[in-house]
Amino acid sequence: MRKKMGLAAILAIVAALAALVLPAVASAASLGEVAGSLEEKAIELNMTWVAVATALVFLMQAGFMFLEIGFSRQKNAGTGVAKILVNLAICTLAWWAVGYGIAEGGGNDFFGDSGFFFHFNQSVAGEAVNGETAMLMLYGLAFCAVSLAIVWGTTLERIKFGAYVIYAIVFGAVIYPLVAHAVWGGGLLGDIGGKPVMDFAGSSVVHLTGAVGALSALLLLGPRKGKYDAAGKPRVIPGHSMPLVGLGVIILWIGWFGFNGGSTFGTEGVLFGEVMLNTQLAAAAGVIGASLAVYMKSRSLDVGMAGNGAIAGLVAITAPSGFVEYWAAPIIGLFAGLIVVYAVLAIDKLLDDPVGALSAHGLAGIWGTLSVGIFASSRLVAEGAAPGVWYSIFGDEPFSATLGQLGVQGLAVLFTFVVVFAISIATFAIIRSTIGLRVSDEEEEAGLDISSHGMYGYPEQFIPQPEYSTGLPGTAGFGDGVPVAATPMTATETR
Amino acid sequence: MKKIEAFIRHEAFEPIRTELLDKGFPSLSILEAKGSGRQKGVVERYRGSTLTVNVRPKLKLEVVVEDKDKGLVVETILKHARTGEVGDGKIFVLPVEEAVRIRTGEGGETVLQAHEEPEIPA
Repeated sequence: MRKKMGLAAILAIVAALAALVLPAVASAASLGEVAGSLEEKAIELNMTWVAVATALVFLMQAGFMFLEIGFSRQKNAGTGVAKILVNLAICTLAWWAVGYGIAEGGGNDFFGDSGFFFHFNQSVAGEAVNGETAMLMLYGLAFCAVSLAIVWGTTLERIKFGAYVIYAIVFGAVIYPLVAHAVWGGGLLGDIGGKPVMDFAGSSVVHLTGAVGALSALLLLGPRKGKYDAAGKPRVIPGHSMPLVGLGVIILWIGWFGFNGGSTFGTEGVLFGEVMLNTQLAAAAGVIGASLAVYMKSRSLDVGMAGNGAIAGLVAITAPSGFVEYWAAPIIGLFAGLIVVYAVLAIDKLLDDPVGALSAHGLAGIWGTLSVGIFASSRLVAEGAAPGVWYSIFGDEPFSATLGQLGVQGLAVLFTFVVVFAISIATFAIIRSTIGLRVSDEEEEAGLDISSHGMYGYPEQFIPQPEYSTGLPGTAGFGDGVPVAATPMTATETR
Repeated sequence: MKKIEAFIRHEAFEPIRTELLDKGFPSLSILEAKGSGRQKGVVERYRGSTLTVNVRPKLKLEVVVEDKDKGLVVETILKHARTGEVGDGKIFVLPVEEAVRIRTGEGGETVLQAHEEPEIPA
C-alpha cells in the first residue's frame, strides 16, 4: 500500500518536472516509459534483498555444521564437514535438474511440470526464465539445503556416508519439492476450502520436513553403541565442544534473518523489518523458555539446551513471522523453548537423537505451523486466509472461520508428515537393504573420521606429534646424533 | 636411586616445581592422569540428564633422585600439595636400577639432575 502511494507520488513529481522542462515531450508515452522503468527498479531492489537473504540462508550450513560437530565426539568431527559439503553439492544439482521444476513449475495440485534442468529463457509455469527467476530459484535451493541438513542431526556418529549421497538426491529432487509445491508452488495446500495454508518461511515446509526425514532415518538406523544400557536406560554421550555448538547456534540465528526476512521476497512496505523483529523476539524467548525448563528439571543451566531453545524459538516463528504482531512472537518462542526441553528428555528414553533435531525442528515446527492459526493478525493475514483463533476470543472474528484456519494449518502438518515419512522410510529401507545404512561396530568404535574418511578431524588427539626433523644435511634431527655406547655405571650402587 | 611418583592437584605443580628448581632438582616430568581414590568422581549434567564421571583429572609428577635426596623431594611435594581435603593425592617411592643420559651415553647417578652442568639454553 505504502509503496504504491510512493510510486504514485514519484510519478507525479517526475511528470510535473518533465512538464516544466520539456513541455512538448511530456506526453503519455514518456510517462509510461518512466513508470515501466520504476517497476523494473522495484524488481531489481526486491531481488537485491533476496540476494542478501540467500547468502544468509546458505550461511546456515555453517551453523548446522558446527552445531552437529559440537554435539559429536572428537572422533566424528571431520565427517560433519564432509557431510555438509557433499550434501549441499548434491542437493544443488538435484534441485537444478529436477527439484525446482517439481516445486515451482506450475503443473497440478501435486507436482510442477516445467523448469527441469533450469536454463535461461526456458518457460517455467508459463513464464520465461530471467535473472529474477534465477534469483528466486537459488533462494529456493537454499531452503531445500537447510531442510536436508536438518535430516542428519539424528544420524550422527554411525551412518554410512553413502546414505547421504542417495538420500540427498531423492530429497533435493522429490521430497522437499513435493512439500514446497503443495504449500508455496500453487499445489494442494494453497487452497483448502478456499483457505490457503499460512507458512510464511517454512516451519512445516522446511523444518518439519527435515525432522520427519530425520525420524525415518533414525527408526531404521538405531541408537549409537552404548547409548542405552542393558536395562534400556539412556546414557549420556556428551558432545565434545559446547563452544562449537554455541557458534553453530549463533550462525543459524543470524542466518534466520535471511530465512524469514527474505521470505518477503522484496522490500515492499519494509515488511521484512517486522518479520525480522518477530524472529528475534521468538529466538530470545526460546532461549529463556528452554533455560527455565531445564533449570526446573535438573537445577542446572544447560548450555546445549539453551542453544536448542534458540533454535526451537526460531523454528516456531518461521511460519508465523510474517503473520503475527510483535506481542505474539515471544509467546510462540517461549512455548517452543519449553517444548524442546521436555521433548528432548522424553524422546531420549526411546530414540537416540544427539542434537535434538526431532524436538527443535519437528515439534517446534508443528507448534509454529499451528501457532499461525492461533495468533495470525487480522492486519497481516494472507489473502483468503482467516486470522488466528485468538482474534475470535478477544476480538470479533467469526469463530468458525478462525477454527477452520487452524484446521488447515493442522492439515499442513499432517500432509507434510505423511508425504515425507512415506518416501523417506522407503528410501532409507532401500539404502539399508542395498549398500547398508550403518557402519560396522568396529568402524563406529574407531569413529567415522578415520573409518569413513581415512583421517582424523583432530589428528593431534590421536597421533603423537613428533618434533619435525629439518631433514637437511648437517642439521640436528632424529637419529642424527653420534651413536654412543652406554658406559658402565660410574656411581656406586647404593641400593 | 629412587623414583618419586606423586599424584597431585594441578594447582600444586607450579609451587613444587619452583621450589625443586631452587633446591637443585630441575629434572622432572609430569603426565596428565585420570584416577579415583577417596575423592569420588564428578557428576556432570548434560542436556537435562546426569552423567557420572568416575575418575578425576590429576597430574602425575615423576622425579628420579639419588637416595639421599628422596626425603627432601617428598617434603617439598607434601608442603605444597597438601590442602588437608580429600583429593590431595598420593606419593609413591620406587627403587630405580639404572639411568642413562641418551645424549652422551653416560650412566649412573650423575645423570639424574642437571645441576652439575652449566645450564644449556633451550
